[in-house]
Amino acid sequence: MSEKKTKRRDFLFTATTAVGAVGAAAVVWPMIDQMNPDASVKALASTEVDVSSLTPGNTLTVLWRGKPVFIRRRTQKEIDEARSVKMEDLIHPEKDEDRAKNPEWLVMLGVCTHLGCVPLNDKGDYNGWFCPCHGSHYDTSGRIRKGPAPWNMEVPKYEFVDANTIKIG
Amino acid sequence: MSDHDYRPKSKVGQWFNDRLPLLTLANHLTDYPTPKNLNYWWTFGGILTFCLITQIVTGLTLAMHYIAHADMAFESVEHIMRDVNYGWLIRYIHANGASMFFLAVYIHIFRSLFYGSYKAPREIIWIIGIIIYLLMMAAAFMGYVLPWGQMSFWGATVITNLFSAIPLVGEGIVTWLWGGYSVDNPTLTRFFTLHYLIPFLILGLVVLHIWALHVPGNNNPVGIDIKKPSKDTVPFHPYIVIKDGFALLMFMIVFAFFVFYAPNILGHADNYIEANPMVTPAHIVPEWYLLPFYAILRSVPDKLLGVVAMLSAILILAVLPWLDTSKIRSAVFRPLYKQFYWILVADVLILGYVGAMPAEGLYLLIARVATAYYFLHFLVILPVLGFKEKTLPVPLSITEPVLGGSPNLAAARNKESKIE
Repeated sequence: MSEKKTKRRDFLFTATTAVGAVGAAAVVWPMIDQMNPDASVKALASTEVDVSSLTPGNTLTVLWRGKPVFIRRRTQKEIDEARSVKMEDLIHPEKDEDRAKNPEWLVMLGVCTHLGCVPLNDKGDYNGWFCPCHGSHYDTSGRIRKGPAPWNMEVPKYEFVDANTIKIG
Repeated sequence: MSDHDYRPKSKVGQWFNDRLPLLTLANHLTDYPTPKNLNYWWTFGGILTFCLITQIVTGLTLAMHYIAHADMAFESVEHIMRDVNYGWLIRYIHANGASMFFLAVYIHIFRSLFYGSYKAPREIIWIIGIIIYLLMMAAAFMGYVLPWGQMSFWGATVITNLFSAIPLVGEGIVTWLWGGYSVDNPTLTRFFTLHYLIPFLILGLVVLHIWALHVPGNNNPVGIDIKKPSKDTVPFHPYIVIKDGFALLMFMIVFAFFVFYAPNILGHADNYIEANPMVTPAHIVPEWYLLPFYAILRSVPDKLLGVVAMLSAILILAVLPWLDTSKIRSAVFRPLYKQFYWILVADVLILGYVGAMPAEGLYLLIARVATAYYFLHFLVILPVLGFKEKTLPVPLSITEPVLGGSPNLAAARNKESKIE
């Protein structure tokens, strides 16, 4: 067997395997990607909420993209509590000023960042939220203070369309 | 199977068998030499086969009436319970059948742990078994989601969120699993598809499990290698068939008790409330058979490490044949291992108990100690024990200890001193 022939065969093997792998990947990808959110799911991107009936110290829960969103009209005491916390005491340091641009209104996903349960209002060691599933405590800014959750509750993109209406998404 | 010189008696049988040797296989299965000292703990293989067939048959019939849609699933299950002829019976058999399946598989696994059935040359049987166990947990979890009750929905949310602990790609994987931004209709339909698929994967693996078993043959309570066929073996049929059949009958009495007298005792009342993404039930608990692992998850205060600990607790079983360094299989001849074995059994039961309790105070402390012990057993105690333990003399054959003063006794003594 000459050396030249072996090399030619090697090239054919490599080329065939490479083309085969690309072809297989091209077939497999649609099979994987079909499981990602489809166009109809993505279309439900934003929702508008009327918050005129909400009085200070109360929370409205609305559904956005299948997840609950907490809209909390905070009392002055809650705002003071949230703003007086030192950054070094936080597990996931975030200023309350950044989380609630308008201090009276806190808008965030009502989803515990541990394993996705819905935390309960006005509960826990920090007067904010408490997740009954695995015991995460959140403060009046929705920041994680104690328990297994790694992050603060997420603040979604939202804006005040007018004084009484919040558009989430 | 290769050592068979089977020839069917009839001409037709011979003609068929020459073309497809199914009759040779059937003959192998009937004549298969089995250790004659197998006790009732060995009957759970047959019981598990029965459980799998039961789940497949009842599952197929339920699928004829169930509707996998977020708006209709809950109602269709109630429709099965109220309107479909014997629908209540089929659904209760299927739901309790899952629990019975796990009850049997846990006894089967702990049988292997006690008698060292996972040791050479049976490692592949053991690993296939662990894969089957993992698939069973996946199938049970997805099946529990299908009625679309509150526990279904929130169980699915919590378990799929475990993947969000993976750094960087975690969130993307969870969205991909959901097919949306929360557990919803796309999640339900894909879970239904996979729930339908997995039992058939298990069926295929069971064939491999039994095939791998029939290469070295059964382990036995004495845990020694035996000659096959010999005075130490009996043919599978009729001896084991009858014994398995009797044990299955006893098992079916327990099964029937749950189906007819306490069909909901192993479930949660919350699952008779339709799924509501706005409200999490006050106390989310998985089904009883997942509780020990749930306790391990919750005992670790860090999200990623908690998930890692839970998965390790299961996957550590796959490398058990190499963690256990002792050459002696059966705990009967391992006085120290026997004690640690029962401590492990107690440890797992305690984990199961605290897994059902709220993760706070004393329960959390107990869960942490029990979790630490679980890993200590497999990672420290088992490897060390193989070197330190003084084992008891092992008989040369199954017959030998019964026929005291047999000519083998001298040889047995010889072997003892070698082992020591």
